Amino acid sequence: MSALEEFTVTGLMAALRSGEVSSRALTEEVLARIDRLEPQLHAFITQMPERALNAADAADRRWQEWRKDPSVELPPLLGLPVAVKDVLSLAGVRCTCGSKILENFVPPYTATSVQRLLDAGVVVVGKTNTDEFAMGSSTENSAYGPSANPWDTQRVPGGSSGGSAAAVAARVVPAALGTDTGGSVRQPAAYCGVTGIKTTYGRVSRYGLVAYGSSLDSVGVLASSAEDAALLFAQMAGYDPRDATSVQAPVEPVDRLDGGVRGLRIGVPDEYFVAGIHPEVEQAVKAAVAAFEDLGAEVQPVRLPHTEYALPVYYLIAPAEASANLARYDGVRFGLRAPADTVSDLFCRSRGSGFGAEVKRRIMLGTYALSAGYYDAYYAQAQKVRTLIKQDFERAYTQVDVIAAPVAPSTAFRLGEHTDDPLAMYLEDVFTLPANLAGVPGLAFPCGFDSQGLPVGMQLMGPHFGEAQLFRAAHAYQQVTSWHLRRPALASA
Amino acid sequence: MDIIDAMSLTRQEVDHIAELARLELTEEEKARYREQLSAILDYAARLQAVDTSHISPTATVLNTRSPLRPDEPAAGLTIDEALQNAPRAEQRQFRVPPVQE
Repeated sequence: MSALEEFTVTGLMAALRSGEVSSRALTEEVLARIDRLEPQLHAFITQMPERALNAADAADRRWQEWRKDPSVELPPLLGLPVAVKDVLSLAGVRCTCGSKILENFVPPYTATSVQRLLDAGVVVVGKTNTDEFAMGSSTENSAYGPSANPWDTQRVPGGSSGGSAAAVAARVVPAALGTDTGGSVRQPAAYCGVTGIKTTYGRVSRYGLVAYGSSLDSVGVLASSAEDAALLFAQMAGYDPRDATSVQAPVEPVDRLDGGVRGLRIGVPDEYFVAGIHPEVEQAVKAAVAAFEDLGAEVQPVRLPHTEYALPVYYLIAPAEASANLARYDGVRFGLRAPADTVSDLFCRSRGSGFGAEVKRRIMLGTYALSAGYYDAYYAQAQKVRTLIKQDFERAYTQVDVIAAPVAPSTAFRLGEHTDDPLAMYLEDVFTLPANLAGVPGLAFPCGFDSQGLPVGMQLMGPHFGEAQLFRAAHAYQQVTSWHLRRPALASA
Repeated sequence: MDIIDAMSLTRQEVDHIAELARLELTEEEKARYREQLSAILDYAARLQAVDTSHISPTATVLNTRSPLRPDEPAAGLTIDEALQNAPRAEQRQFRVPPVQE
């Protein structure tokens, strides 16, 4: 199989290095795939063909220099086309956050995570679709229309990083950036049959990430394998003085992932296998855990007793933080400005007409939870239960190295299925929320397909800054299984 | 800890929250949000059952403190960059309607 057919980050970098393919040819191929599949997928909000081709040409010039003089240092992802979720700033390119309120907003600076990938040589081909301000689990909250799941275009790709997941699953791009505040990398990864890393809080800079829930937001990667995701992760991880919550912990190298899982202690929490989980999902995840055991891992039960409270805790904390973070969208300095003769009307009309329903709902919820008389009962109580959830993980990690769990209670649902019932939509996140509340990393990867041919994902969660172990474990699994190699029919059309 | 009476939000409460959040909402939106938020808050009320009397809140999952940098001036956005997305700019400033009490 040629590198272009295989379409992995690893394979494409080897092909660029050997000269089998040029960055220009690769980027043209990616742009052609976007053209062909966008009518069905709507994975992108903004495409950047000109800028991408210019970057590809520049990359090719550097490759040529290197071929004349191999002592020249080259950035490790030189010439690789990638996509970026439209909540991450790229200077000079419109950043909408999936909202009408930022329809024409052009950031004057670039997010650190994106800049580090640019420094590593990537070619950004476009900004991918997202639920508005990353609030949602399906991309149906995008003001620019939903994206479709490449496995069944009548179904959602998941969210909020649904555009990125769809683009990777359809093999339009080999990798894409996403963000995960309540599951928004892992859940679309699971629904689309790709691999997605939710990073430890503080591991990847949030500078330039449009803030939703500042104590929960994380920048992550979607790709078709753990090995590929690790390559992008390695370029982004690490301290950034521009992010006050960026941590100075050393980054464990992820360049050698073939350590295997012999002796790895995997905890399986009963609390994640509750009534409501689809039997085929449960079956696929349990089969995967058995596969890990066959590879030499030691599987044992663990208790995470406060799991059932993660949902109400999240849906008080995240909206509360969002209500503060979205106060800046007032029509004064940037974004939509509605006609108004007073400042008060300016604020109320710009925000009332610029924000979509889900965003307004969460702002209202958050404002209420923080308001006088209710703060202690709602927000403060949620922050305390959050401590208990975090402690559940800390306690578990004294007994096990990683925790295995499903990502979502079902496979991808139909477009429109939950539109009338926000709470039903929120329940899609039950298995992903705890990791955000505790700040721990989680790696989602495909572990099977249901009887309708839809991907099932599982996740491994690790202790803070334990991404390397997660990548190693998933890589070991992906060496003996081929779920991650399957691609939807429309990818080859 | 007292159990909060998490019955439906009143119409006045919805109006008040919308005002605090500076959101102009239609009557239809207010009615819909009132119902949906009440359901969500009812669900969230189950947190009352958790004994947190000896628990500190988690404001951030990190154990580290934010480092300070030396108090040295550094370049920021230029005025032109800052005005790039301005809905209305005049004389190198953001133009807004008058503030009225």
